[in-house]
Formats: sequence, C-alpha cells, structure tokens
Amino acid sequence: MHPAPSIIVFTVFSGLGFGLLTFLGLGKPDYSGFTAFIFFLIAYVFAVGGLISSTFHLGNPQRAIKAFSQWRTSWLSREGCLAVAALTVMGLYAIGVVFLDTRWTLLGLLGGALSLATVFGTSMIYTQITTVPRWHHWTTPVLFILYALTGGAFLAGQTSTAAPMLLLLGVFQCVVWIIGDKLFARSGSTIESATGLGGMGKVRMFEAPHSSKNYLMKEMVHVVGRKHARTLRIIGVLCVSLLPYLLLVLPPFYHLISLAALLLHIIGALTLRWLFFAEAEHTVGLYYGKR
Amino acid sequence: MTTLPTHTEKKLGLVIDLDTCVGCHACVISCKGWNTENYGAPLSDQNPYGADPSGTFLNRVHSYEVTPDEGAAMTVHFPKSCLHCEDAPCVTVCPTGASYKRVEDGIVLVNESDCIGCGLCAWACPYGARELDQAAGVMKKCTLCVDRIYNENLPEIDREPACVRTCPSGARHFGDLGDETSGVSKLVAERGGMDLMPELGTKPVNKYLPPRPKDDQIDILAPFLEPIAEEPQGFLGWLDKTLERIG
Repeated sequence: MHPAPSIIVFTVFSGLGFGLLTFLGLGKPDYSGFTAFIFFLIAYVFAVGGLISSTFHLGNPQRAIKAFSQWRTSWLSREGCLAVAALTVMGLYAIGVVFLDTRWTLLGLLGGALSLATVFGTSMIYTQITTVPRWHHWTTPVLFILYALTGGAFLAGQTSTAAPMLLLLGVFQCVVWIIGDKLFARSGSTIESATGLGGMGKVRMFEAPHSSKNYLMKEMVHVVGRKHARTLRIIGVLCVSLLPYLLLVLPPFYHLISLAALLLHIIGALTLRWLFFAEAEHTVGLYYGKR
Repeated sequence: MTTLPTHTEKKLGLVIDLDTCVGCHACVISCKGWNTENYGAPLSDQNPYGADPSGTFLNRVHSYEVTPDEGAAMTVHFPKSCLHCEDAPCVTVCPTGASYKRVEDGIVLVNESDCIGCGLCAWACPYGARELDQAAGVMKKCTLCVDRIYNENLPEIDREPACVRTCPSGARHFGDLGDETSGVSKLVAERGGMDLMPELGTKPVNKYLPPRPKDDQIDILAPFLEPIAEEPQGFLGWLDKTLERIG
C-alpha cells in the first residue's frame, strides 16, 4: 500500500496524543495549573494535528463533516466520532484540572477510555480491510494500542511505566512481523483464484491492461518501498524500542536524555508506520502479477 | 446508507465469456466514452500525451497466459470491472454514505456529492474496481450504465451497458442474475460460470465463463495436408542439385 505521509503523520501523532490523554485521564502525572496545561496542550496538538493531517489526503476535504454519519458500519466514521467524544470529554476534564484545581475522577476515566477507544478505532480502519491480509489480523489493534500507550507513558513522564512498555512494544512488533509475513499466503488468494483460471493450469500475467502506472498500482501495488524492508525493520525497532529503553534505564538520568529517547522513539515509530503501509500487500496486485 | 440491503429485488450484472473475448479493448473505450460524457464527473486523464499517461477507467482488460501441466499454453483476455458484489466490502467501509447498494436492482453506486475522496472503498475492494479520479477527487466505478439501461430516450436495443452494446465478439452479456430463468442465469448454469476470489466472501454478482477446453485434433482434414514430398522434385529438384554442384 502507498505510504502517504499525511496518513503516517496522522496515525503516529494522533496515537501519541490520545495515548497521552489516556494517562492524563488516569491522573498521571498528577499536576494542576500551568504545568497541567502544558501537558494537555501537547496532547491536543498531537491528537488534533494528527486528525487534521489525515484530511490532507482527501480528494474533497470540504465535505469531511459528512464522515461522522456512517458509524453504523464504517470504522473510519466511528473513529471520527470517538475522537470528537474523547476530545470533548477530556477538554471538560482539563478545565477542572487546569483552572479549578479539581480532578473529576470519573470524567477523567471516561475521557481516558474514549481516548484509547479512538486509537482502537484508528487501528480497525486497517484491520477491517480483508484485501490486505497482513492487516486483517487481531495483532493490528493490539500493536496500535501498544504504540499509543508506550508513547503516551513516555510523554506523560511515567518513566517506570514507559521503560518496560518500550521493550514489550519491540518484542510484539517482531512477533507481528513473524506472523504477518505468512498471512498473505495463508489467505489463499493467488493469481489463480483472482482470475478463476487455476483449474486450467498455471497463470501468468501476459500483458498489462495499460502501459503506465494507474491509480490502483500507485495506491495498492507499492512494491518499490519493500526493497529495504529488512534494514528498515532493524533500524526501526532499535529506534522505537531498544535505544530509548537503554537511555531511560542506564544512569545517569537527565531530562535532556529523556527528550533524546523520546525523539528516537518517535523517529522509530514514523519509520515503522511507513513500513506498515509499504509492506502491506493488497490482493489487487495479483491481477498485475505482483504482490 | 452504507448498511447493505439483506435482499435486492433484482441482481443486475454482467456475464463475461473468457472463451470468446478477443482482447480488443473496445469495451474499455466505449465505457470511457459513455461515462465521460454522461452521469457524474468525467473520467479524467493525466498527462495523456506525455511520457507517463494515466487516467480513470471503469473497465480494463488484462491478458494472462495459462500453462497446463501438459500441452500448449493459452492466452486468456480478461476484462475486469465492478462485480456489484452482494456482500460489497466497499460499501460498508464508506464513512459518508456516498457508497450504496440499490435495493431495486443491486447496483453498487457512488453519490459523488457525498464522496470525500478518502479512498478507503478502493482499498476494501479486492478486484481493483474503484479508481479515485485525480481531477475531481471523487471515487469512480462502474454504474452498470444506470443512465442507459432505464433510459427511455434511447432505442430499446441501446438500453444495455455500453461495454455489452459495443463488444464485437459477443463476449459480454447483461441481465438479472437473481432470476433463474433469465438468459444470463442459464448461460452461467450451462457453462459453469465462476466467481473471482470466492475465498473473500464478497459474493460477486458478475460471473466469468471459463474458456472451453481446446480440441486435441486441429482438424479432421489435417492428415491430408501433410507434406507429400520431403525431397524437392521436378524443377526445384533440378535447381537444388545444380546449386549443390556449383556450391
């Protein structure tokens, strides 16, 4: 699949923002006043900024408001509704924490749960796509929630929570690759089933329907990006998990080191999200003799 | 509404005969022509006269080579457009309600004034039947020529999809696949019409008729056409011998 920059920025930063909002809803860190304001500001800039970025890939963004209407069947619509609900509830909660020095615990818990549900909604947009077997698996929502919670714990300054989660994230990401690499073959879709000609013999693309690339190939048959997949996996997992973990646990601990660890984590997350799209194979590629 | 209807009154669709398709691409062109000039945003082209032309098409013809375990390989031309699936995954993912499946005839359509161009329906379609128009920013797909098949301003003979009307080899058939007595349903039953990627559970309405098996013997008269003389005789024989002598 085509790794559109707007979608990578959207999923990574809205994930971080809603992850941080989840921790703020739980009352971690337990600040009030201006310090709390800064935390909420970071969370809102990430979450809202990510959501705005997602509209950049739309053909007609002026009609984006209509995307809130089909929550009965569409995960994209559900995600939008959940995001607005989470941001509204957490906004009310933030007023109490920042201006009134009051923590409305129940409201915070509700807002936190809605924030996490928004990340789940984002992940389901991809998980529901049966045509991309690598995504159509229970590990996709777990991976997205792990990313959000790890980044959220990091941003919330919860070092003791963030450190083990960084390791867990790295291990789980590797598990996702081990499982994911086999999923297309396991789905049973082949050029033979795509053309229905398997009963006659082995099928091979003889002539493409068009001489240069079209929308389908640009969007869903993104094979070029997979060339350096192995190297990028290693770099990604080092940046997203191992290096920030070492920086956090090895003394001496300074805020500046923590910031460097956070930056590394975000760079790693962006790299691996790029791979999440670039490595995903769509069944339409079969019609073009590709994966 | 992106909720799929539990039942449609008709299942209008196409039956494509892979045995008779000659791969001329006439259906591709007539589809582009009709759907550019009529319903909805025109099917735009990008850089059409340049080095890297591309554009929006609702129907495309692939060609495949099928090699059996024994015997000669075979070329199969393979037209592909929206299959108007009964369980259409492209409809349910739509966030705005622009995509819908009609209860009266089962046609899957896009209401372009509601489409935000997010592209998720094109991702959800296993067959690559939907293309986002790069000029209009809305999703385009086969409408089964909904503006032809019910159009009383057209002569009756033209009230079928443009691709079917234009096909010079009669490889495309249009009708109600929900009605067992219809011509298309009989054709599917007779020729073993098949679904594309049935494992994905989309339940396509359009069916494909597999190529008929090739005859083992080319022609009953073939044995009489075998060469009679291996060695040239007469004038050619004299020429052959003379040239050999000179050479």
